[in-house]
Amino acid sequence: MAIEVRIPTILRTYTGGAKAVQGAGDTLADLLADLDSRHSGLRGRLVTEEGALHRFVNVYVNDEDVRFIGSLDAKLNDGDTVTILPAVAGGALGLLAAAAFLGR
Amino acid sequence: MLTISQAILDAIIAHARRDHPHEACGLVVGPAGSGEPVRHIPMENSAHSDTFYQFDSMEQLRVWKEMDERDEEPVVIYHSHTATPAYPSRTDISLAAEPGAHYLLVSTREPEVTEVRSFTILDGVVTEEPVKLSGVVDDHAVQSYMFGQTPTAVDYECRG
Repeated sequence: MAIEVRIPTILRTYTGGAKAVQGAGDTLADLLADLDSRHSGLRGRLVTEEGALHRFVNVYVNDEDVRFIGSLDAKLNDGDTVTILPAVAGGALGLLAAAAFLGR
Repeated sequence: MLTISQAILDAIIAHARRDHPHEACGLVVGPAGSGEPVRHIPMENSAHSDTFYQFDSMEQLRVWKEMDERDEEPVVIYHSHTATPAYPSRTDISLAAEPGAHYLLVSTREPEVTEVRSFTILDGVVTEEPVKLSGVVDDHAVQSYMFGQTPTAVDYECRG
């Protein structure tokens, strides 16, 4: 089962510069494990040590933000496109305060 | 150095003033590889906060797809600080994820004068750069901006 995964500029060091790579998996978690077998370290930039999706990474399946469709458990189908985009965020608040503000 | 048209900078400052005291955020995109900021895209701050900003994730996807179709890239990523100087906070530095972009900060803390400064942020290192206006049509308008233009590299790797 082939799924196209679109890689943002900042993570292309893991894909040899490729803007898009192919992967497989029934869920987003499976897909990221599959990708990490060929692009070692990529998964660690997207998933925390506790096994949750990083707060400041957006992952979409086709046109849906995975946070609304099960996060790492989001189901994937052949032909889906997965897009990874780093969140664009910041602000005057200190980082710890920002984390508290965002409920993490 | 960031070269940006006065018309676009005026629009960015107007956006920041309009959203004050909330932080405003957005992009100026341009043809891939050109480094020229030509198309201003104000974004919604999904945090609606005085001290934090985040692009709305669905709006971001739409805009990024559109850039892909038009062979554009983000040239400037801007946001406002509404009570503090136009300098990247630790949060800004930690979350900066577009190594090729100019990070433009606008401070609206003073009602009469808008502070505008531009930086690159790469692996936690903040480097200030001069801002040059192109297409200046009104000398008086420029006087209400205050540019910080001391190119210095500040290494945040050593922060405790």
